[in-house]
Amino acid sequence: MNTAQSRQFVLDAIRGALDIKSDDTVRKATVQKRLKAHPSNLVPEHAKSSGDANLELFIEKLEGQSASVSRAVSTSDIPEIVAAYLRENNLPAEFRTGSDELFERIPWETAPTLTRHQGRGQGSDAVTMSRARTAAAETGTLFLTSGAENPTTLNFLPDTHIMVISRKDILGSYEDAWNALRQVYGPRTLPRAVNLVSGPSRTADIEQIIVMGAHGPRRLHVIIVG
Amino acid sequence: MAKIKTPEDSPTVGLFVTCLVDLIRPSVGFAAVKLLEDADCNVEVPLAQTCCGQPAYNSGDKADARELALNTVAAFEGYDYVVAPSGSCAGMLSHHYPELLGDNPDTAARARAFADKAYELVSFLVDVRGMKEVDAEYMGQVTYHDSCAGLRELGIKDQPRKLLASVQGLKLDEMEEAEICCGFGGTFCIKYPDISNAIVEKKTANITASKTDCLLAGDLGCLMNMAGKLSREGRQMEVRHVAEVLAGMTDEPAIGTKGGDS
Amino acid sequence: MKPQSHAFKANVAQALTNEPLKKALGGIKHGFVANRAKARTNLPEFEELRDEAKAVKEHTLAHLDLYLEEYEAKVSEAGGHVHWAPSAQNARDIILNICREADAKTVTKGKTMIGEEIAINEHLAKADITPVETDLGEYLVQIRDEPPSHIIAPAIHLTKAQVESDFRQLHTDLPIDRVLDEPGQLVAEARKVLRERFLAADVGITGANLLIAETGTSVIVTNEGNGDLTQCLPRVHIVIASIEKTVPTLEDANTILRVLARSATGQECSTYTTYTTGPKRPGDPDGPEEYHVVLLDNGRTEMLGSEFHDMLRCIRCGACMNHCPVYGAVGGHAYGWVYPGPMGAVLTPSLIGIDEAGHLPNASTFCGRCEAVCPMRIPLPKMMRQYREREYEKGNTPPLYKLGMKLWAFAAKRHRLYQALTGLAIPLMARLGKRSGRFRTFPLAGGWTRHRDLPAPQGKTFQQLWREKEAKS
Repeated sequence: MNTAQSRQFVLDAIRGALDIKSDDTVRKATVQKRLKAHPSNLVPEHAKSSGDANLELFIEKLEGQSASVSRAVSTSDIPEIVAAYLRENNLPAEFRTGSDELFERIPWETAPTLTRHQGRGQGSDAVTMSRARTAAAETGTLFLTSGAENPTTLNFLPDTHIMVISRKDILGSYEDAWNALRQVYGPRTLPRAVNLVSGPSRTADIEQIIVMGAHGPRRLHVIIVG
Repeated sequence: MAKIKTPEDSPTVGLFVTCLVDLIRPSVGFAAVKLLEDADCNVEVPLAQTCCGQPAYNSGDKADARELALNTVAAFEGYDYVVAPSGSCAGMLSHHYPELLGDNPDTAARARAFADKAYELVSFLVDVRGMKEVDAEYMGQVTYHDSCAGLRELGIKDQPRKLLASVQGLKLDEMEEAEICCGFGGTFCIKYPDISNAIVEKKTANITASKTDCLLAGDLGCLMNMAGKLSREGRQMEVRHVAEVLAGMTDEPAIGTKGGDS
Repeated sequence: MKPQSHAFKANVAQALTNEPLKKALGGIKHGFVANRAKARTNLPEFEELRDEAKAVKEHTLAHLDLYLEEYEAKVSEAGGHVHWAPSAQNARDIILNICREADAKTVTKGKTMIGEEIAINEHLAKADITPVETDLGEYLVQIRDEPPSHIIAPAIHLTKAQVESDFRQLHTDLPIDRVLDEPGQLVAEARKVLRERFLAADVGITGANLLIAETGTSVIVTNEGNGDLTQCLPRVHIVIASIEKTVPTLEDANTILRVLARSATGQECSTYTTYTTGPKRPGDPDGPEEYHVVLLDNGRTEMLGSEFHDMLRCIRCGACMNHCPVYGAVGGHAYGWVYPGPMGAVLTPSLIGIDEAGHLPNASTFCGRCEAVCPMRIPLPKMMRQYREREYEKGNTPPLYKLGMKLWAFAAKRHRLYQALTGLAIPLMARLGKRSGRFRTFPLAGGWTRHRDLPAPQGKTFQQLWREKEAKS
């Protein structure tokens, strides 16, 4: 069977099984309507929180999944928070970021011990830093999008991953977060990768005992700005 | 599905004895009769009943299962309720008959009507007849196993516990994993005896760990399985159908024992 | 893998004497089962979400052809390639071709049950391409040359000591005197070994938990991050997914995800949920240059609209096996193929035939716990019964068992005959058992009395006693 035949075979088998008659306009319209309107299903009540309650929920959920969280009043606090975090965890004062404009705005020179590298993640990276595009407090989940600003490899290769997110980008539900991304990327379009991250990497594959740092970062630190 | 409560003060109940109670432990049947009469029911026992057909149904023998189901439906036409001292059989009557007989409009309607008046004994007493307590005494600590069909098909959980709480002298101590299958599974225990054994071993370990003297449940099949295993393990445990205790009829030797051997 | 489901009874006999397996399976109730119960309690809307998740899948299945076409169009638009595979062989050929075109030596793999179903590892290995499993559990079973025994915890049957011994045998370039007492030390060693494999791989193969028609996106959920390294490091990424993984929109994916992790591990969400759409974009510093999706049918379209249709809602959370007393006693390998437990008891005969897998739908007590916890409300016991009916019709039921059933049914359908027979036999049996109230052996009841005593009847039947009582009054 060639490619086109295989495709036809499967589609015909589906239509046969569903007993589809030649006039298919209703089904087609139903599908188009759903794709265009992408109606929301039930959103849990707790995901509809806002303001301080929403922020508290976000932090509680993240910490519950073994991430650590700190708050920055403004971007100018970030260098000192990063330097302190790395010092406290006995980590090298060196890290890698992408080209996100946020990282360009941060006055790194206020923490002169820090060295920032730029580019995609390397197997040898100890610490990397990314900016999360949005987040859902519902489960304490950050949404990272691929691209030169925040290369995907930075999210998975290092031992320690630091994420920065603006307070205003922390939303309630997954629905809110996807709608925010639709605003950026347009309807029915996503970047190559959207990584939803809710804590450091872990496994329970040996005797159901949870161990951090299976393949991805052992530590996740989230800095909330604003 | 909401079942309609009949207005009469004394409904006529056809007792579906169940084949195991009929053959192995008639005293459960008499206990059921007493409890139903205490709940102001007129109890009758149709002669034309044998087995609900579940063994055939679960073995894939739909034709025989259908015939047995139709016999049972016919035997109980004319009663206000059909009550069985077994969650498994009652589940067959109230949940599976409509499915089994649903392919023909005539049998479907009869099965539906039949299913709507079919109940397991203890849930019938509590949910339909509003029974809140029983007049019985049992001196001892008991543990209760939730049989699967009663629990998951019929939602029987609180009803037996509620009535047991009213038995004088009785103390209920819950075992671990009371809701987990005992491994009986009808013909399963014959087809896969070794798996069934591995499952019942876990159950008897939980029963033994409960430090009670007596095991109760609402299904004789499960009870025979657990009693048989406990006795093979040399455990001294009294095993009874919950109806016996609720009816205050515990003079008969416990399941799998002779008098004074429990 | 070659199915071993026909040997279920022999597999069971082995499993029941396997002490490490028993210990490993004993841990499920404190882990997955307890955690799921907690997750369910913590989300008041959980039951309603199950209904919604079911509705999403039912809607999708009723429009599956159209959503697949939409999905395909969006993948193409993003620069990816969709390949349709009616059979497992087609899928293997497609994947091998892609790997050959890429001149691949090593292929890293995220955990994919479809990969197991089509036995892709064996196929690649025969063509001198080395497949490397990167999910820790999958790695642990791969190095033992075993199939996974659980769909979300592939190595759940292994103990720490077994893993240590395997690592010492395999990772011979590491110091002999290294300490591997704790799971953490074992995980660290696996991380180190596999990191090199990730970086060296030419092709990455992952499964998909969901395919989203709205955007042409495939979704994987992992806790380890291995699936992500598998798909963002190599030059070529291949997604293999069966057609029923499709959902219409991102919102529909949300609904499924809300019940998936909670039902599987009891987490509110997996650590990583990754949405990928096509290959790397202009200006992207990382990501694969090629992105392929292999859409597998392999029997699904035959299930669609059939009495086994509901099984296509399955999202592979594993809750049914975690809560199954039979799985808990025998483990996953006894089932003899890729999918164990209750979902396997329905899916396996659907995919490889009832003649091979006839035991599986029979090996259930119908306790109903699987259906009670299934997030997609799949009526698993009902479908197992339907397989039993098929087997019965085909004459696959064991002859002695069938004869016994037939004789019993013959009598039970004739209440006078039945009551006459039981009225004679039961009092006789009661007399035989009078001494102890039970039997240690009994004719034709060997299956029962091998492991337990058989309680003796009390005396006369209820029907006899009732009629006597009625006659008196």
